[in-house]
Amino acid sequence: MAPFTVRDCALVTIATGTWAQNLREFRDGLQRVPVDSIYHHFWGRLLQPWFDEPEYNNDFAAWAWHGLHDKALAERLAVVNPVDFQDLEELREELLDIVEDRLDQSEYVPWSRADQRFHFLRSRIVVFDAGVRVETPEELGRILPSLSEGAIYYHFIDARRRTEQCSDDFCTWLEPLGERYRGLRERIGAIDPYFSSLQEIRRQLAQMFREELEEVRA
Amino acid sequence: MSDLLERYAEVAGRDAVEHLRQLAHPLEGVRVVHVNSTREGGGVAEILHKLIPLMQALGIDARWEVIEGTDEFFRCTKNFHNALQGAHVHVPDSLLEEYRQVNERNAGLLGELLEDAEIVFIHDPQPAALIEHLPGRRGKWIWRCHIDVSHPYRPVWKFLRPIVSRYDASIFHLPEFAQPLPHEQVLIPPSIDPLSEKNMDLPEEEVAQVFERFGLDPGKPMILQVSRFDRFKDPLGVIEASRIARKFVPHQLVLAGGSAADDPEGEAVLEEVRKAAEWDDDVHVLVLPSNAHRTINALQRAAHVVLQKSLREGFGLTVTEAMWKGKPVIGGDTGGIRLQVIDHFTGFRVTTPEGAALRIRYLLYRDDKRREMGERARRIVRENFLITRHVRDHLALMLSLMRGTGDRLEVGPAA
Repeated sequence: MAPFTVRDCALVTIATGTWAQNLREFRDGLQRVPVDSIYHHFWGRLLQPWFDEPEYNNDFAAWAWHGLHDKALAERLAVVNPVDFQDLEELREELLDIVEDRLDQSEYVPWSRADQRFHFLRSRIVVFDAGVRVETPEELGRILPSLSEGAIYYHFIDARRRTEQCSDDFCTWLEPLGERYRGLRERIGAIDPYFSSLQEIRRQLAQMFREELEEVRA
Repeated sequence: MSDLLERYAEVAGRDAVEHLRQLAHPLEGVRVVHVNSTREGGGVAEILHKLIPLMQALGIDARWEVIEGTDEFFRCTKNFHNALQGAHVHVPDSLLEEYRQVNERNAGLLGELLEDAEIVFIHDPQPAALIEHLPGRRGKWIWRCHIDVSHPYRPVWKFLRPIVSRYDASIFHLPEFAQPLPHEQVLIPPSIDPLSEKNMDLPEEEVAQVFERFGLDPGKPMILQVSRFDRFKDPLGVIEASRIARKFVPHQLVLAGGSAADDPEGEAVLEEVRKAAEWDDDVHVLVLPSNAHRTINALQRAAHVVLQKSLREGFGLTVTEAMWKGKPVIGGDTGGIRLQVIDHFTGFRVTTPEGAALRIRYLLYRDDKRREMGERARRIVRENFLITRHVRDHLALMLSLMRGTGDRLEVGPAA
């Protein structure tokens, strides 16, 4: 069996040049920005400087509240779970439906303050080898708590976009080991990354490896 | 690992430094030149003093060059600076001509080095026009803008835009600062150096000494603003805020700063500030030399609350410095201050002297809140605004410019 190769990553954040001052411009922006931008505002933000414990889990919802002061729209955008969609275009369609609905319901187009525009961003991922190889799940469990946030992002978040089976790298690597690690795979697969920070995902993974591997040994 | 990297590993974490080493491996030996207009004074010079040795320690052939200017040139670029931040400043043709000529002369002096470099970082508008005079350049050129150009005075931006458009990429602190340009606009917030004299831990006695040294009252709470004497930093607004707040809570205000070599307007603002403070024993105006880093460090640590009541701000590294020392910050609701000062969590954002006064009063009255916010502020800086993160972003950008433009780039294993 091939060893698990730990990779790490850094993001280059790029302004798309598209911004919105009001909800109609936001709708237009959503329609035309590269789909990478939608991805960035859901997932790339996990590696960005931000204050922890945010009120909303994606940048669109956060702007609907902080920029437009539209709590109803913010709630509807926040509840969208990106993992429920086959691809990013489908996710974009869902967001557009929500915004269109809101525009239909509104008597006027909600505006943000001049200095509270929404800026559509995208990112380029730079992936590099962390120089760490592990041969067994036990070894992987031991090094998990020390993995960087970049490594967690690459193997747990980015993997779902990168791999055919839309799975994280840990489950993919454990798969050929068969039934013995099935329980661990199932628990990892149940982690909802959308409602976690990278630190929290790392903590959960480390705990699952510890508990499940103890059970396997027993 | 070099001694320098080892020292950073001790403060920022071994993982963060190992991360840099791996990312820098494919860039070993790459010739990189940074160019700006002053070796001392101002945030840009401070960042470069740290960034260059770190890049060198990571194996990159990094150099820092400073262009030589004339008084007229610096008057012109000071006008650019103000105009890019929104002031309606007419820049006469004679000054624009001087700007071009100074850049042309410096292109002659630095030509060979810059044309040969694989990556060139040009900081701010002063040396931006070098690119016009170096048609034989082979590397990637990046314009690093440290200024908030979200609402530039159009005639000045119209002059600079065609120059800046020639670059392969530009870097802004925040998306709000970016302007439409025909190349990629990358977002990289600046950072502070935890090992520098300005940010390192100091003995308590050294912190306490600032009271005697500057004639301050050790029995009275101190609030502090550290910045150049510049209208955009609103020092007069800070004096007013302190006077309003002093009706409720006794304290002393320290305005500490100096004039950078490329800031001829600073003297005039300093005079206005001195005049406003001359009859007030609780306002202390300290003009410090540009290398008084340790003194500023001690003042920030001695302060109860730090202000940065800027009307316009690029990023506000003095905010980051104060937060690193566990101080809540009362900051202007502008620019990069918004990214750092989270209302009610790491400080307060204000727009008027009255707003600042209210928050001064609150923070001096509520010791518990002041401490709680200060602790959070330090954590935010540790996680997001130390120089190791800044270097990482530069390395990622350099790789991305040299290796490709897709949305994914994979680089080889570290040795």
